[in-house]
Amino acid sequence: MSETPQYLKEGFLSVEELKEYVKLPDEDRLRQRPVAIPECPQEIPCTPCAEICPTNAVLMEHPNALPVVEYEKCIGCSLCVQICPGLAFFMVHYIGNKARVTMPHEIFPVPKVGEEVILLNRVGKEVGKGKVVTVIPREKSKGDTPIITVEMPLKLAWDVRAVKVVRE
Amino acid sequence: MRLSEHPILNFERVRGREVTIYFEGKPIKAHEGETIAMALYAAGVKTFQHSIEKHRPRGLFCAIGKCSSCLMKVNGIPNIRTCITLVEEGMQIERQKEKPTLPKTTKPPKWKEPQRIEADVIVIGGGPAGMMAAINASDAGAKVVLLDENPMLGGQLVKQTHKFFGKREQFAGVRGIKIAEMLQEELKKRNVEIFLETSAIMLLQNGEDKLVVGVKKNKELVEFKGKTVVVATGAMERMIPFENNDMPGVYGAGAIQTLMNTYGVKPGDRVLIVGAGNVGLILAYQLYQAGVKVEAIVEAMPKIGGYFVHAAKVRRLGIPILTRHTILRAEGNEKVERAVVAQLDEKWNVIPGTEKVFEVDVIALAVGLRPSIELLHQVGCQIKYVPELGGHVVIRDSRMETTVKGIFVAGDSAGIEEATTAMLEGKIAGIGAALIAGVASPEWLKEIEDAQKELEVFRSGPFGRKVLEGLKKVVVK
Repeated sequence: MSETPQYLKEGFLSVEELKEYVKLPDEDRLRQRPVAIPECPQEIPCTPCAEICPTNAVLMEHPNALPVVEYEKCIGCSLCVQICPGLAFFMVHYIGNKARVTMPHEIFPVPKVGEEVILLNRVGKEVGKGKVVTVIPREKSKGDTPIITVEMPLKLAWDVRAVKVVRE
Repeated sequence: MRLSEHPILNFERVRGREVTIYFEGKPIKAHEGETIAMALYAAGVKTFQHSIEKHRPRGLFCAIGKCSSCLMKVNGIPNIRTCITLVEEGMQIERQKEKPTLPKTTKPPKWKEPQRIEADVIVIGGGPAGMMAAINASDAGAKVVLLDENPMLGGQLVKQTHKFFGKREQFAGVRGIKIAEMLQEELKKRNVEIFLETSAIMLLQNGEDKLVVGVKKNKELVEFKGKTVVVATGAMERMIPFENNDMPGVYGAGAIQTLMNTYGVKPGDRVLIVGAGNVGLILAYQLYQAGVKVEAIVEAMPKIGGYFVHAAKVRRLGIPILTRHTILRAEGNEKVERAVVAQLDEKWNVIPGTEKVFEVDVIALAVGLRPSIELLHQVGCQIKYVPELGGHVVIRDSRMETTVKGIFVAGDSAGIEEATTAMLEGKIAGIGAALIAGVASPEWLKEIEDAQKELEVFRSGPFGRKVLEGLKKVVVK
């Protein structure tokens, strides 16, 4: 039997491990416009991301293959983030010394635009605070999943994958 | 306690008129459309009966009518499955302590001829496989009747708040609850007669005909006569041995989903989940969505068995997954108050000194399912033990017909897999049944072939390998 990858022992991908499965976009591309990143390292029978992409930027050789995003073709529309059944698609965009990360948010409450939220990394650890800059509510999402974009310090762009909304 | 706010579900929409039921004489507020067990649980009743010999308290286990954990006395009649029996105004509910007997004043019901229903295809089970079988058999020209012992159609789809995988034409990206609604709409458009709260208790052959004996609402006999039958009776949750595994608070994962996702009842405050397959991982996420704290997921295997993406969803919300860990025992006074887990070595032995105690009031078992094959067994289908498919399953051909001509099988009752494949198998079985009943034209063979190809593609990845190994042992022709 082949050796079990670390992500299946732990249930999360470290950034180093993610890079083994997904070639990440370079900084130029990250500064141009938002770009979709699939955090989907395991072959499962699932194709909605490739089916919904309006520019055919998500390549998939067969329904069990890993999605590969052609970053130059990606227009940053977030449809893959909205539809992905595994909630495994994100978008990253660098602006100055900030990063904007777009992620699914199926937890109550959905934050409002302008609201400050607690940033969580891939193991749920609080790593800082960010500001919500856009919200696509469930009714407007193509995949019935609310999508939020959160602005944060640039260095957190590859760590933060969830947020916690704290209200009095 | 009842849930009100939820990111996905709207319970106010489904809760019916308020009614009063009586638990051991004490009035309890319930809602029309919910089952007795759910109403009791919402009111804080977690012990449903005591075992006959040792008088140990028993709570829910499966919550879908497949086990005996929630049997109670309802209006004087013992052994009622309270998890699938709807509340009615003024109902009197009591716990059973001794071996239950019928009240002395009860007279046997006056014999009356049962309702008799005839159809080309009888479908038993209204989950994803059964609904797809009924829809497709009907489209192929058959007169179809569908029965299910639950008060609603949808099977386990009605509690699946996550979005499905697969291709978009197979409902990928759509939540299970929504798929259940969509399939129900499709059934409504067709002339399929539906019997809910109707248990199939016997499946018999009568010459060329098939007979299904049904019991409606625990008392009324219904006789179904058909040319063919599709058995889509689903599966039953597995239990694993550990100290106090019968204590109220130890529930099957599906029972917890029924409580919180179907009926909006909070299952507890703090949960330990046993098993990191898809069911355990999805359950953890759903509990978090319902505002329940998940302390950890323990998994005896050295790796996560479910989809990684489901694991990643719960990890980033701060829920730990402990691989190579197992549960040793539940502790508490009459109900779960703690769970004790420990680490396992490479030989599956507990490593001394690694015990951890979790203060939890619920222990969720997500340790696999076994196919419900009782009716298939009874009618004489050839059976084989196939661990890759979850246990004993029936031999069948590529159109899902068993070794008894005219009896078909689909979904988890054919082998544990998932709802997407269950729907495809249901389609194949439904059309196959219509063909054998002699009502479908041969063009429908093309539809069967298409569904077979879709199944092949779906199963072609690493997650399909085990199922394919299992299928090699049971699919003939």
